[in-house]
Amino acid sequence: MEGLEHSLAIVEFFNKIFGKPLATLLGLAGIRVKDPSRCIPDYIVMSLVVVVVLAVLLGLAARKRRLVPGKLQSALELIIGFFENLLVDIIGPEGKKFLPMIGTVGLFVFFSNVLGLVPGFMSPTSKLNVTIGCALTVFVYYHFQGMKAQGVIKYLKHFAGPIPFLAPLMVPIELISHFSRPVSLSIRLFSNIFAEEMLIVVMASIISYLLPLPFMALSLFTGFLQAFVFVLLACIYLSGAVAHEEEHA
Amino acid sequence: MNKNLKSLGLLLFFAFIAAAPLLAQEATVSESKASLFRLSLIVAGGIITLAVAAGAFCQAKAISSACEGISRNPASAPTIRFLLLLGLILIETLVIYALLVTIIILMVKWGAYA
Repeated sequence: MEGLEHSLAIVEFFNKIFGKPLATLLGLAGIRVKDPSRCIPDYIVMSLVVVVVLAVLLGLAARKRRLVPGKLQSALELIIGFFENLLVDIIGPEGKKFLPMIGTVGLFVFFSNVLGLVPGFMSPTSKLNVTIGCALTVFVYYHFQGMKAQGVIKYLKHFAGPIPFLAPLMVPIELISHFSRPVSLSIRLFSNIFAEEMLIVVMASIISYLLPLPFMALSLFTGFLQAFVFVLLACIYLSGAVAHEEEHA
Repeated sequence: MNKNLKSLGLLLFFAFIAAAPLLAQEATVSESKASLFRLSLIVAGGIITLAVAAGAFCQAKAISSACEGISRNPASAPTIRFLLLLGLILIETLVIYALLVTIIILMVKWGAYA
């Protein structure tokens, strides 16, 4: 997919400051950078923008916690309550301890999806690199939590299925279905955001500033929906991994 | 008479805009590559049309069953709404896979390969 990118002002500014030091650092490690002024790709700069915005916004909202909350604090309580309700609905009462990871992934994906609509920025999730990163994080996390909750041997025995006689049949099926999860998570998120962005570009090539507007409104909605689905599927995978023996169907 | 002329002019304008990329591509591509490019466009259009038709039909079935379930038992509405959203997203994922293949076919520079 050549010729789809154009350089953004923020990315060029970031590269002007940090491009050369990073190129020399990588040169010390033996990696030769072709062009130090384009060393840092645009999706990394945009991910850093999302991280900084989230940290500043949420940090400010959580600063002075009062019993009767102010505006920013009640917005934050709404968001945290939404994630907590989702976790308790799907996993049960012990789901609350997964709130940091699920909340972080959900907020990161949502802000990344929406960042592409602001002029001068692009969505980091419109690149397969970033969405594979998010999906692999969720994949490693739910396996790790499953092994922590049930013990490594007992967790791996679940791959053999209910009857040990059928194990040679069940193990490949279970392995394939487990490995298809990060593939489907990453490709779903990437394709949705990339196709929406491509649609906005095509619309902007017909009538420049007016025609993309309804499609950008739709893109807000689908950005939220895709972040919600990412979090929902992460919670379902967690509940499948952490569920105790007596709750198996 | 004036209204007909205006709508005809608009139609010609949009047809020209729609055909412009095709004309631009064929100006720089050799004859054998042009047929490959034409075939790739038709195949890409066919893939996404079939996927969208099948996906829309299956999503319609899911939504109609969900509506009927909620109307039979209004107290189970949150559960059914959750299952409906989950099912719709899983069906839509498959349509998005087909869209991804279509975008890849459309973005490949067919003239660059010998």
